[in-house]
Formats: sequence, C-alpha cells, structure tokens
Amino acid sequence: MKKQIALFSAFTPLVAAAQNDGLMYGNEKMNVVIGVITIIFIGLGAYLFSIDRKIKKLEDEK
Amino acid sequence: MKGLPYKIAGLLLILFSLTYGLWSEVPELPIVEQSIRNLFYHVSMWFAMVAMMAASFGNAIGFLSSENMVRDRRSISLAETGMFFSVMGLLTGMLWAKFTWGAWWTNDPKLNGTAITMLIYLAYFVLRNSIDDARKRARISGVYNIFAFVMMIVFIGILPRMTDSLHPGNGGNPGFNSYDLDNRLRLVFYPAVLGWILVGTWIASLRYRIRNLEE
Repeated sequence: MKKQIALFSAFTPLVAAAQNDGLMYGNEKMNVVIGVITIIFIGLGAYLFSIDRKIKKLEDEK
Repeated sequence: MKGLPYKIAGLLLILFSLTYGLWSEVPELPIVEQSIRNLFYHVSMWFAMVAMMAASFGNAIGFLSSENMVRDRRSISLAETGMFFSVMGLLTGMLWAKFTWGAWWTNDPKLNGTAITMLIYLAYFVLRNSIDDARKRARISGVYNIFAFVMMIVFIGILPRMTDSLHPGNGGNPGFNSYDLDNRLRLVFYPAVLGWILVGTWIASLRYRIRNLEE
C-alpha cells in the first residue's frame, strides 16, 4: 500500500500539470503538441538504444 | 554501452530543437512566416547528410591508403545513413517549397543539383552490389566514392551559388545571416545540426556493426 502511494505521488506533478490551468493549457495548447513530439522522440531514442543492445548481444556471442 | 555520452547528447540536442524550436521567438518574415522554423528541421537534414558523406569520403580514402576492410565497411555505412538524411531532406524540402514557392518541385539549381547528387550516390550502391569480390568492391567503390563526394560539393555547394537560386545564400539571394534577429534562429539551428550529426553517426555505427556481424 505504501509502495502504491509512493508510486502515485511520483505522478502528482504530471497530474497537477494536466489539471491546473498552467503549463499544458498555455501557449494556445501548443505545449500539448510539444509534449506529444517529446514522447514520440523519446520512444524513438529508446528504440535506437534497444537495437544497439541487441547488436551488442550478437557481438558478444560471436 | 560504448559511446553512451555522445548518443545521449545527440538525442538531447535534437529534443531541444524539437521543443524549444517550437517555443522560441522567430523573426517575422514575409511569405515564409512561421515556417521559418523548418530551418531547424529541414536544413539540419542536409547538414547531417553532408557530414555523413564527408566521413564516408574520408573512410574511402582511408581504405585506399591502408587496404583495411574496416574502413570500407565504415564508408558504406556512413554513405547509407547520408542517403537516408538526403531523402528526408528532399521530402521535407518539397513540402516547404510547395507552401513557400508554390510548387513541389522548381527548377532551382539546388534542387536539381541535389537530385543529381542522389542519383550519383544511388549509382554507388548499385556499383557495390554488382561486384562479388569484397576487396575489388572496396577498391572500385572507394575510388567512386571520391568522385561522388566531389560531385556533391560541386552540385550543392558551388553551382547553386553561381546562378540564380530560390535558396537563401545562393545566387545573390541574402543568406540567413543577413536577416535581423537571426541569433534566435541560430540558437536552435546549430544544436539541431550537431544533434543530427551525432545521431547519424550512431545509426551509421549500428549499420557498420551489423555489417561486421555479417562478415
């Protein structure tokens, strides 16, 4: 239970950002678009890292 | 992971250009208006392409002077990555051209020069695939790579500057340098170029390592 609370509290800044009128609603909601781009790009970077690791594994086997 | 700092730095620099490039203030220009932000994305594709081709060229010379097959594998991997950037640069440029100059393709010397450059590099890949013997392939394509790189400099670096061109900085058109307040653009543009070159190097190194595994 305590762990769950800790987990949720990690998201509070995000939840707060989504709820209050500040950050994400600002800039004519352009910030939401920038957020989406950020998520996609982080995903792409993570994908590159996973390919890198896979190749490393093959190199180690060789 | 080898080279972790440069990989992360490259990703962060691009991420900076993707986010701050949309937040930042840009000069108010006629016709291009907000699409001047494409400078951060479209133009950095070409800078990354030229960097990849230059590194490919350097490795081609490296192979020819050392006969070390590692240099040949680096050379082709970098050229492939450069080709990817040029395709991205061409597609994004066509979209930008349509809404700035009014056509998907114009007879601008830079556009035609780029098309010729891409055909020259396509011929490089065809040439490589047509030779079975690895050493022979490396030697012949190494020589061809030198020719291709020099042609690229001529077609996208020199000829467009000698005639009229729609592109800034060519044929008497003012470059971005002469626009006022362009330090705001530079602040995003240079990190974007550096970021794409770093990530391009990373992608090329992945292709190179796969090639090593295939040997």
